[in-house]
Amino acid sequence: MRRDVYDVVIVGSGAGGGMAAYELTKAGATVLLLEAGGMWDNTKDSDMLVAPWETPRRGGSTPDKPFGEHDACIGGWNVPGEPFTTAPGSRFQWWRARMVGGRTNHWGRISLRFGPDDFQHKSIDGLGDNWPITYDDVKPYYDEVDDLIGIFGSREGMRNHPDGKFLPAPKPRCWEMPIKKAADKHAVTCIPSRLSIITRPHNGRAACHYCGQCNRGCRTNSNFTSTNVLIAPALRTGKLTMRTDAMVREVSVGKDGLADGVIFIDKVRGEEMKVNAKVVVLAASACETARIMLNSKSAKFPQGLGNSSGMVGKYLTDTTGTDVGGFLPALADQPRHNCDGVGGAHLYMPWWLDNKKLDFPRGYHIEIWGGMGMPGYGVGGGMQNYAGGGGYGASLKSDVRKYWGTGVGFSGRGEMIPNEKSFCEIDPRAVDQWGIPVLRFHWEWSDYEYNQVKHMQETFRTLLQEMGAVVRSNMPTKEQGYGIATGGSIIHELGCVRMGSDPKASVLNEHCQTWDCKNVFVADGGPFVSQADKNPTWTILALSMRTSRYIAEQRKGGKL
Amino acid sequence: MTDSSKFSRREVVTGLAATAGAFLMPSAARATEAAKVSTAARGAAGAVGTAYAPKIYTAHEYATVRALVDEVIPKDAKSGSATDAGVPEFMDTMLDLEPNMRVAHRGGLAWLDHECRRRYAKDFVTCTTAERHAVLDDIAYPAKAKPEFAAGVNWFNSFRDFTATGFFTSEMGVTDIGYMGNTPVMNWDGCPPENYTRLGTQKP
Repeated sequence: MRRDVYDVVIVGSGAGGGMAAYELTKAGATVLLLEAGGMWDNTKDSDMLVAPWETPRRGGSTPDKPFGEHDACIGGWNVPGEPFTTAPGSRFQWWRARMVGGRTNHWGRISLRFGPDDFQHKSIDGLGDNWPITYDDVKPYYDEVDDLIGIFGSREGMRNHPDGKFLPAPKPRCWEMPIKKAADKHAVTCIPSRLSIITRPHNGRAACHYCGQCNRGCRTNSNFTSTNVLIAPALRTGKLTMRTDAMVREVSVGKDGLADGVIFIDKVRGEEMKVNAKVVVLAASACETARIMLNSKSAKFPQGLGNSSGMVGKYLTDTTGTDVGGFLPALADQPRHNCDGVGGAHLYMPWWLDNKKLDFPRGYHIEIWGGMGMPGYGVGGGMQNYAGGGGYGASLKSDVRKYWGTGVGFSGRGEMIPNEKSFCEIDPRAVDQWGIPVLRFHWEWSDYEYNQVKHMQETFRTLLQEMGAVVRSNMPTKEQGYGIATGGSIIHELGCVRMGSDPKASVLNEHCQTWDCKNVFVADGGPFVSQADKNPTWTILALSMRTSRYIAEQRKGGKL
Repeated sequence: MTDSSKFSRREVVTGLAATAGAFLMPSAARATEAAKVSTAARGAAGAVGTAYAPKIYTAHEYATVRALVDEVIPKDAKSGSATDAGVPEFMDTMLDLEPNMRVAHRGGLAWLDHECRRRYAKDFVTCTTAERHAVLDDIAYPAKAKPEFAAGVNWFNSFRDFTATGFFTSEMGVTDIGYMGNTPVMNWDGCPPENYTRLGTQKP
């Protein structure tokens, strides 16, 4: 294979890498897609419709499946043989998916476009940085992503939460309606979710059958995964070669100062290999991409590839998060019915307030949970917290029946302002099992995030009280960070390979092309200049499509 | 490229072909197909009944667990008991898979025997129903329990949870609790109207 020269090598097969493979093969390029994990195909390997009693742990977690043995995603915050470190005083958790399709096997399919303000927020509040592109630059790609992949939602006409090209949204579940009623009472916008689950047959894929198990992987491809919505059609072009268990160490640079391929470790054979390509697209996830770039040191790029600005690894962000749950007595002894629905809530709350009137600069959205979901490990637990006081025997048995499905809750997901104290770098003292230097994380929240999370807690408690729910947790104190989730635990790492308009202050130009090396591009969450109060996947897809089109154009013009 | 990449490619293409048929079907057939493609028999639950040979529990522990789970979840008019649902077998399997669970769980069983011996000079399994209940009453209601029983209370909370998981994730328990999902639905139409009404809301 050393003699082969691919037009493009893509590192990572998640949302960004899958989209790049789809677009570039469609444009006629010969593409090699490298994935650090193994093969896994949701149409064959999923536990969809497996009953709880069919597996020994009844859905409980395993070392490589922290979200439960039925979860599709192989990986987690601890990957055997692939450590990371944190600087003294920093707490950060780094999630990795190690499988074809990457994190698209894991996520909740929450597919929110960024709005006009999200790309230019510095112009509004003076914080962080503006993107070098605007909503109008990305809108056509969002529209194409909607059409290609499929998304349901409702047209609401909200300025900073732009409508997409939506399939019909499913009706709310009954437990979601008291939440909507409380939200309406307190003027909290509560609308149908926007999820990449198809409620009508779409582009050759079957419509959702409402088993609520998207996280297990969908056997009918009714939700989005990179594996079968992007990579599979790319393979059918005959232009794509995919190689799994290929752990990329570095981008190699030729005498002309351009990248000439990548060096990876074949994890099965334990051998180091080089593959040649005219263009390199890094889509390994924000931090893994930064790691590859920092480890790509050469005479021309002694600080790492694309790092002449010193900005690789800098301004790492994660979404802020906190949760409050309660017991809603009105839901006790509900008449039984199937309330599975789609995998995820049918309603959500986009950011609805004006930050100018608040003590924190950026917003959050609210996700909700509850319902009589499939019993799994933990069902019927904590009965000592209910009116029966715990106990045993016939009364306990009937208490479990009575209170099953009475829990409801809220999770806030908010925008963090990028700061200088939150970044990753190479730990000079540690390598992973492949001998690749590992990342060391530095992390610090600011009062912008703490005040925002405090507002989440207060809002959730107000809504739960409005509903008549019993909340057992106390409002977390300032000393407890108002209950803010650990950095990295929301699994939305973004930034650290940021795009910008100044080569001295950014890694990438507006096409996600490295300033330093014109044939190296980034197509994951790395280019993000800011988080927004939205989940990043839809923007990763739109940017990857936009970048891929640019690569195809440049190739056609002989510039790459 | 190498053999491994060809293999990967074949895997994906096969997966796609399997799916390609699905979208052409009418929705009823599609739902049936979705049910069919789910992996049916895992055979993982193991045999239920006294013939089971525990992998972790000693014979005495196993006898204690069998007696205790049925005190926690007995047979009633609606469904069978915890042992009927295979809870002891599930617990032993979990202890086998999760070594970190063993010390607290088995230590609690030993604590229970100590307490029974202190009061009645008998193990839990040989106590009368009234004697068993007297001990359980002291540890099963955390809000009322005396401080000297804290260790027992703490352990019994987790034993109760473990039993509830075992029972209500069994086929018997899932039927009992009335879970009606895990099945393809042709057209999602929200909940029955009376559920919304009970909650003071309208069917949207």
